[in-house]
Amino acid sequence: MARSVIPLVIFGLLVAVLYKGLYLDPREIPSPLIGKPAPEFSLPRLNDPQAQFSKQMLLGKVTLVNAWASWCITCRDEHQLLLSLAKEGVPIYGINYKDTREDAQTYLNQLGNPYVMNGHDFTGRVGIDWGVVATPESFLVDKKGIIRYKQPGAITPEVWAKSIAPLIAKLNQEPG
Amino acid sequence: MITDIGHFALVLTLGVALLQASLPMAGSFTGNRAWMALARPAGQTQFVLVAIAFAALAYAFLTDNFGLVYVAQNSNTQMPWIYKFSAVWGAHEGSLLLWLFILSVWTLAITLFSRGLPEEYIARVLSVMGMISIGFTCFLLFTSNPFQEIFPAPLQGRELNPLLQDPGLAIHPPMLYTGYVGFSVAFAFALAALISGRLDATWARWSRPWTTVAWMFLTIGIGLGSWWAYNELGWGGWWFWDPVENASFMPWLVGTALIHSLAVTEKRDTFKAWTVLLAIIAFSLSLLGTFLVRSGVLTSVHAFATDPERGLFILIFLGVVIGGSLSLYAWRGGQIRSIGHFELFSRESLMLMNNVLLVVTAFFILLGTLYPLILDALTGEKISVGPPYFNLVFMLLMTPLVLLIVLGPLVRWKGQNLWETVKTLRVPLGVSTAGFVLALLLLPPSKHGRLAMTAMGIMLGIWVFSGLIVSVREKFRHRKLSLESLKALPVSYYGMLLGHFGIAVFVTGVTVLNTYQTDDDMRVTPGQQVQIGGYNFRFEGVAQQRGPNYMAQRGTISVSQGDKYITTLYPEKRVYMVQTMPMTEAAIDDSLLRDLYISLGEPVGSAGDGAWLMRIYYKPFQRWIWLAPLLMAIGGFLAASDRRYRQRQKQVLQDTVVAQQLLDELLATSAAKG
Repeated sequence: MARSVIPLVIFGLLVAVLYKGLYLDPREIPSPLIGKPAPEFSLPRLNDPQAQFSKQMLLGKVTLVNAWASWCITCRDEHQLLLSLAKEGVPIYGINYKDTREDAQTYLNQLGNPYVMNGHDFTGRVGIDWGVVATPESFLVDKKGIIRYKQPGAITPEVWAKSIAPLIAKLNQEPG
Repeated sequence: MITDIGHFALVLTLGVALLQASLPMAGSFTGNRAWMALARPAGQTQFVLVAIAFAALAYAFLTDNFGLVYVAQNSNTQMPWIYKFSAVWGAHEGSLLLWLFILSVWTLAITLFSRGLPEEYIARVLSVMGMISIGFTCFLLFTSNPFQEIFPAPLQGRELNPLLQDPGLAIHPPMLYTGYVGFSVAFAFALAALISGRLDATWARWSRPWTTVAWMFLTIGIGLGSWWAYNELGWGGWWFWDPVENASFMPWLVGTALIHSLAVTEKRDTFKAWTVLLAIIAFSLSLLGTFLVRSGVLTSVHAFATDPERGLFILIFLGVVIGGSLSLYAWRGGQIRSIGHFELFSRESLMLMNNVLLVVTAFFILLGTLYPLILDALTGEKISVGPPYFNLVFMLLMTPLVLLIVLGPLVRWKGQNLWETVKTLRVPLGVSTAGFVLALLLLPPSKHGRLAMTAMGIMLGIWVFSGLIVSVREKFRHRKLSLESLKALPVSYYGMLLGHFGIAVFVTGVTVLNTYQTDDDMRVTPGQQVQIGGYNFRFEGVAQQRGPNYMAQRGTISVSQGDKYITTLYPEKRVYMVQTMPMTEAAIDDSLLRDLYISLGEPVGSAGDGAWLMRIYYKPFQRWIWLAPLLMAIGGFLAASDRRYRQRQKQVLQDTVVAQQLLDELLATSAAKG
């Protein structure tokens, strides 16, 4: 008797998760890195392994750093928004996370490239330093290279309008 | 008018379903034969009603009746008629109606092909089918009514999602759903047996052909889905571990476990509780798949319009059906006694390992699919679990399964000497090891640099193939092998061989494909030539073309090998007029040994030199990946069509008649004596 109850219990837990899943808001959680300087890093660029992408290139302007991968379906959803942000002039820098160079290039060729520059983080080391749990994740970095905001998961138009865009406007006012 | 009839038929369906679910079940407990006898006509009436509703919706699509919201949102006068028809199941409401329709077809099949079964049992089976039907009919009527009207009707519709305007989509969902819903039959049989408390070999024998047929359709459906993604998504991939793909693959894995476990239950009268549980899980995963796709709790390339209210409805339905059946299992399952005994090395043990591997794989896929959701529920983060996880899990768990395939049919029930088996298998062991070594030494290097994996894949392929031959040979150890004796083997045996052979084909295909596929992105100007995979591609240029409901930029590429002309390919970049959605239409030249796949990128010409981005794939053995499910499905068909299922049902009937006659005689003689 006792053993035959196990499937029912497992199913009960599953239903609880699914129920909660129905009413979820993508709420942001505070990252321990917020307010701290972005970690030092240096990555080969995606389109040119000889050239480097490092933290120094983020300094002096407010930038959006986006960790993504071609295998990540949520990233595909987010991509259209990134393209339109890039058109509006938001400098977006990419950390291509645990991806092959070819797959990532194809992805950008087919969907368009919103990034000013992309670092190829094949092993995921730099991603770990930034506290990337899984893609997509985005960070807002101010002129001094300090992380001011973290968005786990896709940036939605609402999140952009309510949280990120006003913050960028404010950070742009700060002295560099 | 016609749509009103359709709507009304759907309302009537609910009434009939309520009747079918309640009275026959009640009758089976009280022994009321009239109530039990209602089950069959009720099931048949339901089929007619749902068929009317379905036909009415199809008619609305074909006649461009934009007075229905659903038609206006998913069709357009300019679409070719075949896509107008397949648009019936192109979005949420219609695909649910298709679900219900297929359920009613399965119900009809049960009413027609179950003459030999006890009345009480069939009443319960049909009652369970009726309960499922109630749930889906309510879902349709209350949250997703395809017959909802708008006034005034728009003059033109919004068009079907261009991604879905593909011949593959016309047949993929019906096949997939036939498989999904088919597991409801195995589920109903299992539940009826649980209710009666009589779980024996007979129940397994009744259930087997139904389960195998459902599995066959699911296999075809998944294969078609993969083929559709390959043709239509334009990324050259054929499997993405997308939540929707996983949703169809999990029931397949558990269904595969189920058809094996049913065999054990039938032949050896053991694994009984486990088999019932598998039948429940297989159908539960089918329902869960519907929930995941329809509720929008997960993002996917397949995501249709999503709505939490609908999600809540399915979740409640899911809770009632699965929760209810698992409660029943918790109550009755403990009382089931299995009697068969077997040794550690026996066919039973091998089947158990097969079951465990398949179910654990399904579990890890479920975990990977739901992990983003679980994490979101607990922490609010949104993530995506990628193919690296799924590929690793799948390979680790499936490799031992492929090794076991050869042993299963070879090792006897109850037990066999391990050493004896090894001796029988010396040739396959030798040949596959030799294949491994030769592959390591001789295979040309691949740019993906995983030759050890390649050699292992080839070894597995050879192992299964040669092992199957040996297992056939072994059948004739004490008999003469001749054409006659081969013909005398049951058809289901050949079905089993073919299904397992499909696995060998799949393993070989994936191995070669993953090792030697190459692709290249390039910027080409008209007249330019490029070499890939030993083929020469000459880019002739891009021209504007007009399709029935889209504008296309059509590239022309002539392909040759050495001096030999092969073909001309026309990849397209389409913009569908109504939804203004750009689509990449890849051009593919296929053959058994390789596919050439071209997709057109963006125009990058400067100063009018007509330059385009283009991506060319050379994909060896790509066709093998779909040949495999085809072989497996044919295998399933052969297994289910075995004569013995039909004969034994007749036998049961005859036995009952004979027993009745004997009883009558006995009563007559005792009456005469008295």
